[in-house]
Amino acid sequence: MAYSDKVIDHYENPRNVGKLDQNSHNVGTGMVGAPACGDVMRLQIQVNDDGVIEDARFKTYGCGSAIASSSLATEWMKGKTLEEAATIKNSDIAEELALPPVKIHCSVLAEDAIRAAIDDYRSKQNHDAAPAA
Amino acid sequence: MVDLTQNYFELFELPVSCQPDQQLLARQYRALQRTVHPDRFAADSERQQRLSVQYAAFVNEAFHTLKQPLARAVYLLRLAGREVDMERNTVMDAQFLMAQMELRDEVSELKAQANPEADLERLIKLVDDDNTAYFNQFEQHWQAQELEQAETIVRKMQFMVKLAAELAQLESKLLDDQPLNDE
Repeated sequence: MAYSDKVIDHYENPRNVGKLDQNSHNVGTGMVGAPACGDVMRLQIQVNDDGVIEDARFKTYGCGSAIASSSLATEWMKGKTLEEAATIKNSDIAEELALPPVKIHCSVLAEDAIRAAIDDYRSKQNHDAAPAA
Repeated sequence: MVDLTQNYFELFELPVSCQPDQQLLARQYRALQRTVHPDRFAADSERQQRLSVQYAAFVNEAFHTLKQPLARAVYLLRLAGREVDMERNTVMDAQFLMAQMELRDEVSELKAQANPEADLERLIKLVDDDNTAYFNQFEQHWQAQELEQAETIVRKMQFMVKLAAELAQLESKLLDDQPLNDE
């Protein structure tokens, strides 16, 4: 099975690899795993006061498609509001990277990671906004 | 000759269990393999030959399923009526995934080391021990008929088995004096 040029490009030059401070108030972390292939993905977002994602980072241990899917996800999320980022669909990622059917689950993993990062960020905000007991 | 509707334990005349007798399994497998081997039917009708290929494939699949702990666990759950859907991507327990991430980080750092032998041995042992521990947990849940918990363990084992395979590959490269960091 051949990888598309876009997958190879993201695999060879992954964008936004790295780590943000997980304990920071304005950082959301999404951790997901795919039991089918044992892939693990961490995706993090840093959100400014206007609710815009100003930075996104990922680290993925998995196949080329999983790395490319998360790399593309961080690229797309940067500069978007949380609401906009939440609308990114795995099908958009799969289409952009021309993933074959057996690799669609890699893009699902990336979508799950986006969700998880946004949820984590939001739960931090709610938690911090709650009045002290 | 071979009843394709039998379950794998019945096929090898073994009791359904988490820890089937591996020596007995291997012996039954070789005996069955001899009776179904396609070479024995070279002179027979085309239909008979096709059937023997099918039987041989069934016997092989059964053997490998009962031999490997993870495949056996998935199969035991299936016999209990629970199909493990590995394709479904699940946001798993964050702590487990975090630990996985750290283990993978260690493996990738190890590849850059000049003398990775000691660290590789340590990691292999660690992953091996974890796998044993997970399988024991699986067995407990399975015996207690706690299938949902048993399935959660099976999903975790999938990650560990993948890691173990990667480490074994590194080890064989090391033994062949090949560079580890050749990606």
